[in-house]
Amino acid sequence: MIDHRRQDASPSADRLDQEIWDRARRFTPARISLTRSGASLATAPLLEFRLAHAIARDAVHAALEVADLRRALEGLGLPILTVPSAAQSRRDYLLRPDLGRRLSSEGADALAPHAGSYDLVFVLADGLSATAIARHALPLLQQALPLVQARKWRLAPLVIVERGRVGIGDRIANLLGARAVVVLIGERPGLSAPDSLGLYMTWQPGPGTTDADRNCISNVRPAGLSYADAAYRLTYLLQQMFAVGHSGVRLKDNSSDSALPSQAALNLSNLESPSRS
Amino acid sequence: MYSATIGGHRYTFDTLATLMAKATPLRSGDVLAGLAAGSAQERVAAQYALADLPLRTFLSDAVVPYESDEVTRLIIDSHDAGAFATVAHLTVGGFRDWLLSDDATSDALAAIRPGVTPEMVAAVSKLCRLQDLLTIAAKCHVVTRFRTTIGLPGRLSVRLQPNHPSDDPAGIAASIMDGLLLGAGDAVIGINPASDSPERTHQLLCLLEEIRLKLELPAQSCVLSHVTTTLELIRRGSPVDLVFQSIGGTEATNRSFGIDLALLAEAHAAGQSLRRGTIGNNLMYFETGQGSALSAEAHHGVDQQTLEARAYAVARHFDPLLVNTVVGFIGPEYLFDGKQIIRAGLEDHFCGKLLGLPMGCDVCYTNHAEADQDDMDVLLTLLANAGVNFVMGVPGADDIMLGYQSTSFHDVLAVRELVGRRPAPEFEAWLERQGLLNPQRNIRPASLPGTMRKMLAG
Repeated sequence: MIDHRRQDASPSADRLDQEIWDRARRFTPARISLTRSGASLATAPLLEFRLAHAIARDAVHAALEVADLRRALEGLGLPILTVPSAAQSRRDYLLRPDLGRRLSSEGADALAPHAGSYDLVFVLADGLSATAIARHALPLLQQALPLVQARKWRLAPLVIVERGRVGIGDRIANLLGARAVVVLIGERPGLSAPDSLGLYMTWQPGPGTTDADRNCISNVRPAGLSYADAAYRLTYLLQQMFAVGHSGVRLKDNSSDSALPSQAALNLSNLESPSRS
Repeated sequence: MYSATIGGHRYTFDTLATLMAKATPLRSGDVLAGLAAGSAQERVAAQYALADLPLRTFLSDAVVPYESDEVTRLIIDSHDAGAFATVAHLTVGGFRDWLLSDDATSDALAAIRPGVTPEMVAAVSKLCRLQDLLTIAAKCHVVTRFRTTIGLPGRLSVRLQPNHPSDDPAGIAASIMDGLLLGAGDAVIGINPASDSPERTHQLLCLLEEIRLKLELPAQSCVLSHVTTTLELIRRGSPVDLVFQSIGGTEATNRSFGIDLALLAEAHAAGQSLRRGTIGNNLMYFETGQGSALSAEAHHGVDQQTLEARAYAVARHFDPLLVNTVVGFIGPEYLFDGKQIIRAGLEDHFCGKLLGLPMGCDVCYTNHAEADQDDMDVLLTLLANAGVNFVMGVPGADDIMLGYQSTSFHDVLAVRELVGRRPAPEFEAWLERQGLLNPQRNIRPASLPGTMRKMLAG
């Protein structure tokens, strides 16, 4: 437990300030009013920061436990395929975004027998947080699949990708013969959110597809956008996509104007242009 | 064709861009682009060849074609031959020697600014060790003004960055109060909005304006929206102090950001027309960062550090208040680890200062980079010694909206005391009026000043 008192505060002012800061902290998860010693951070908040960073680092480097994930997903009633990207290692994956967007040749071979004519394929990629997929893929799909199935869309097998980036879903959709792809991917972990899941939707992806052709739902996790809300928005956007025949910046999400802004951070870290504006 | 012979082996470099890229100290983004030297020896061979290159080569041999790139045209067309005369006879290696020499005083360095190009300063930075990057940059003083004076010798300013994942006004205000108490905000109070909607941006601008007026704060504010959003808000009468935009070093990079020079000029003029600065009217706030051109597939086969320096030519054209290189935000595929981030931050600061820009640095990293707060301590301390104009102040160094780590209010407080740097004079006087300075004139908030307490209590 952290003691938030500034160490050089006088006792009476300190008590009043303490109440004010306790109130202020209800409005933001930011690390405000940290205990100070001299000019520097006191030991308690120092260690708390270091622990948060350790959790995020472990999330980045964690390998996806594919067997566990497959077992968990079995109850959904869809066939499950597992394919590695062209990135051979975590280090490769971090340094070579292009490899994470490409299927390995054995991955392409594994998909070939399942080629068909589908409306939609769900791809589950570890991305930058296997923790996010391990925690949130199943509960999200449990909410989303009934909504999707109610619309009679033909679903391809679920595809699990190791060391995958968003773009790998394009190739998977092509190989399987799916009209649209939804990539569930672990987002870049922040200190306060090491397990944030992103959903990227693309209509009829092809070689010319860019990030501007995708729609994104970000920050899916119990402390962020709830599974139910994410599943609802996902289905809403897919329905729009099927109706108008395109995806991306021209497709606007008006599914729930009031609820959205407070929930969805603009975390586009899985895309290729990490500009801050 | 450029060449150098090392140990009996002749290394050749077909173009100036290739020579520059191969001479660049190792970083992952140049490897990703396929531009990096193939071996450590090839890199040094390229540095030998670069050291012998006359500086004036850069005026006739453009790394990005003049005909197809408006940034190149800006660089060439605005070059001042008179200012260049002092160093016109030098090679790149000779330029390094001159920059380190006692002849290169602060005044001499200021005098050559209009005569040096981004490619010249990028080239010389590739020959420099970190110590050179510090020593030379520390002689360059670039002072800008709006409501505070930023960049004076002996001063270090802070951008207070109170971001919130859903732009909650009360949450943002709480982070601002925490930062002000700890002496942050004298460069700018600048929010990265979670949403780029004009309405939201307007609300945030009004929040910042209210805080500034109620606290009688000598500071400027900014919501870091796209320049088109800001332009629209200026027309609608929102209280816009600074005009923000991310910029890059090629026309195509800027196009990927949805801007060009004409749009920036329009926004600059619109900002100027408001006349909101009290002691000066530098009002553009630019952010840059190595790797953005490659990320936008707009790099023309030029290394990321040279392109970063070219972005400063864009910035320089608009007399900015602040230029911030967001060095470690882009990720490990461009700057892999602490070592690469530290070098890049110092290169950017050096190049910007030589070109006459008010350089600040977001000393930062993402969780998938091989870096931690120790690396940030190194870069922050080096930059403070090099005379950086400003750095970031983020609550607890944890940006909960953008999901990366920067420098905290405490980090800057400690480094100001360690290196002997004070806040901007107008802001320091405000801190004193609020009773936030101790007898040694260090920032030591004992309790909340009444005005701030009232605001926080809501």
